[in-house]
Amino acid sequence: MSAAFETVASAARLDAPPAISMDRVNKWFGALHVLRDVSLDVALGERVVVCGPSGSGKSTLIRCINRLETHQEGHILVDGIELTDDVRALDAIRREVGMVFQSFNLFPHLTVLENCTLAPIWVRRMPKREAEELAMEYLNKVKIPEQAKKYPGQLSGGQQQRVAIARALCMKPKIMLFDEPTSALDPEMIKEVLDTMVALADTGMTMICVTHEMGFARQVADRVVFMDRGEIVELGTPDQMFNSPQTERLQLFLSQILRGH
Amino acid sequence: MPSDTTLTPATIPAPPVESRRAPISVVGPVAWMRANLFSGWLSTAITLALGYLIITRLISFVDWAFINAIWSVPVNATNQPDTSACRAARGVGACWAVVTEKHRFILFGTYPFEEHWRPALACVIFVALYIVSAMRRFWRKELALIWIAALTAIGVLMWGGVLGMPFVPQERWGGLPITLILSTFGLAFAFPLAIMVALGRRSRMPAIKAICVLYVELIRGVPLISLLFMASVMFPLFLPEGMNIDKLLRAQIAIILFAGAYLAEVVRAGLQALPKGQYEAADALGLSYWNKTGFIILPQALRMVIPPLVNTFIGFFKDTSLVLIIGIFDLLTAGKTAIVEPAWQGFGVEVYITIGLIYFVFCFAMSKYSQGLETELNQHRRR
Repeated sequence: MSAAFETVASAARLDAPPAISMDRVNKWFGALHVLRDVSLDVALGERVVVCGPSGSGKSTLIRCINRLETHQEGHILVDGIELTDDVRALDAIRREVGMVFQSFNLFPHLTVLENCTLAPIWVRRMPKREAEELAMEYLNKVKIPEQAKKYPGQLSGGQQQRVAIARALCMKPKIMLFDEPTSALDPEMIKEVLDTMVALADTGMTMICVTHEMGFARQVADRVVFMDRGEIVELGTPDQMFNSPQTERLQLFLSQILRGH
Repeated sequence: MPSDTTLTPATIPAPPVESRRAPISVVGPVAWMRANLFSGWLSTAITLALGYLIITRLISFVDWAFINAIWSVPVNATNQPDTSACRAARGVGACWAVVTEKHRFILFGTYPFEEHWRPALACVIFVALYIVSAMRRFWRKELALIWIAALTAIGVLMWGGVLGMPFVPQERWGGLPITLILSTFGLAFAFPLAIMVALGRRSRMPAIKAICVLYVELIRGVPLISLLFMASVMFPLFLPEGMNIDKLLRAQIAIILFAGAYLAEVVRAGLQALPKGQYEAADALGLSYWNKTGFIILPQALRMVIPPLVNTFIGFFKDTSLVLIIGIFDLLTAGKTAIVEPAWQGFGVEVYITIGLIYFVFCFAMSKYSQGLETELNQHRRR
């Protein structure tokens, strides 16, 4: 599978400025304090897996990175640009950050190919022919070029999620965000999506994944972030995190996850 | 479960099974009738009683409308229609002669008689415009040009004053063209207005949102009749001396504003029904507000609300008849006026049936078309 994307040998480039830099970020939903002093730097090419119990703020965290949610305190810099109310800065950031959702969120009234070419044509101002060639290239890489003319509703869940990945990649983003990409899938389809993500990780893409797939985390993550009740509780390499968890909360979480599997 | 059965359904070839046809006592018209019309003695009695009523009513209607009907009447010495035959047949046969005799007045009102070909052609252009707009292969940018050309042609035909056609002031227009003008312009302008207002109501900018809410609530809060009165009576009082805006145009604007408010709420329902994920996916891809709205949100939102949209369209097509209270001669007013003449007094039923049929043809066409459109546009939902 990894042969599908051209492999880049070097992973995280720690010498370059960070792709994402979060400094004491706070967010409230009404009275609910959902992000508490979250600080996290993600280097270019780094793969970070965010895990934690439901309601721990992990989805909110990555949704703040492309401002689907706004933060109320602290600073977030993406690709060197600070996220503020400035619409131009936001447009620039969204062009560079791709996102894959739990519920796919493909556009059901457009074909798979149109889903993939819409943003390159209208945001990147790419000629239609070129955008279609690019889309077919990525649909090839996620192994569903034969579905290009179909509507999303005609595909299986796993196929839809792979289209969603291809759609995000067609914008040639520098950073990819995955918000529980396999949580809405039947067990037999999880593997095909994870394989696609592993192949993508092998290309050196900067990735932040919210996921419960610990196998995936072990395989590709440079670092694992464990969140609980809106704060980052523990952070380290997969080996440290899974084999010698330091905090009681992580130990408890891991024991629950492992029992569930 | 016995250990020797392995659960691999795909590998076991299914044994060939002859499929048998369902017995005639379960399917087919006979079975349907037995199940729905004659399932018991009570059901049978009701079926027979209703059947008797329907058939006798139908027979007497056919007698009245066709067999005993009078289709034309002779003209007497003073060149007036002699309606004595109609009066004699009252209650027994319909007097379609009133329609034959008066159809041009009903259709075109007080428009000069020898120029009737002009409003007639205008109506044909309207219908052609509807047909062209209904066909998906014409859904391109050029369609806007076709509309502009058609509406200009209609304006030239109705007003005249050029190409050797005598000028006809708007006060003399009447009948079907008025109904078509009011509803076509009304909906053609109200629909885009409604989309803007619906989007505005969901805007994050408080001023825009407030204006849109105010507009919808104000207009929806008053009856159409009072808006028409305001347009025809009060509005001119606010205009400077000597300045006058055509009465039809004022009524037209009142209808556009009214329909716009109602349609805006229908469109807003569609915007709200769309899953939040669609907005988020478009945002995450970096699409601009207008690209997001034009390519992702509206195409899906409008498809969802086709049934209530058409419902509102049909309602407004018929509501244009309310302009009769401010003295504009639409189809219904023309029909009403046609039977004021002493010779034809008392033959309202025939005239109203005819006008009803004309309205029905237009509304039924809209309804049928929207059903087809719905299935066609929602193909992507089927697997």
